Amino acid sequence: MSTPPSVSARPRAFGAGRVLITVYAILAIGATSRAIYQIFTAFSTAPLAITLSALSGVIYVLATVALILPGPRWYRTAWITISFELAGVLVIGTLSLIAPQDFADRSTVWSEYGIGYLFIPLVLPVLGMLYLRRRHRLAAEA
Amino acid sequence: MIGWYTVVEVAIAVLAGLFSVVLGLAGRKPNDYTIGAALLVEVLLVAQVVIAIVAPFAGNRPTGSEIEFYIYLVAALLIPLLGGFWALVERDRWSTVILGIACLAVAVMMVRMNIIWTVQIA
Repeated sequence: MSTPPSVSARPRAFGAGRVLITVYAILAIGATSRAIYQIFTAFSTAPLAITLSALSGVIYVLATVALILPGPRWYRTAWITISFELAGVLVIGTLSLIAPQDFADRSTVWSEYGIGYLFIPLVLPVLGMLYLRRRHRLAAEA
Repeated sequence: MIGWYTVVEVAIAVLAGLFSVVLGLAGRKPNDYTIGAALLVEVLLVAQVVIAIVAPFAGNRPTGSEIEFYIYLVAALLIPLLGGFWALVERDRWSTVILGIACLAVAVMMVRMNIIWTVQIA
């Protein structure tokens, strides 16, 4: 049960999906390290934004792992985390425009729809969902 | 950081990134040129580490947070290595695209690092 799946057991769509996973991994590193830095240096100045920053870091790490690992449980985890990201970037993006005083210094990856990260946080969950759907279909056909 | 060196490094990282992304999308597997381009970006980053350590002794100190600067620098150093490792393990066209994305990410992080070092808005 615990043996890792062989390379050939991976769904075909994994090829192009690896680029997506790479971008996820980079964003995970960026969001997590930024959150850790903020927690230790400036937590009291913007606790809401920094808590969200840390949460987004955890979500991106989870999503990256869930996209890589096979199996229905990770597939579901990927859907949950990616949906959460899309909701996060839309809700926090909107809130950061309505109440900018709570989001000083663009402190989360989701502020202003991810403008500080070239809008990648806005585009990535959509691509992630398309990829998951495609991978699921290919697996069903096989 | 040294201004002209940063410009050169960002320019090379962007060119290396576009080069690999285009070749990858055109269906090329990672070859000596695309892996070499990522390696060049990595070597330039290592030189950047030396510059970051030495420059403060010459009176060129970061105006922003030194810790934040080094978090970016360490993360930037890891990215081409991980991309290159993946390219060696799985040799298909997507690995070439990944090499390119890794170089582009380094370019973005260099710009961020330059902002931390030189420009302070707050």
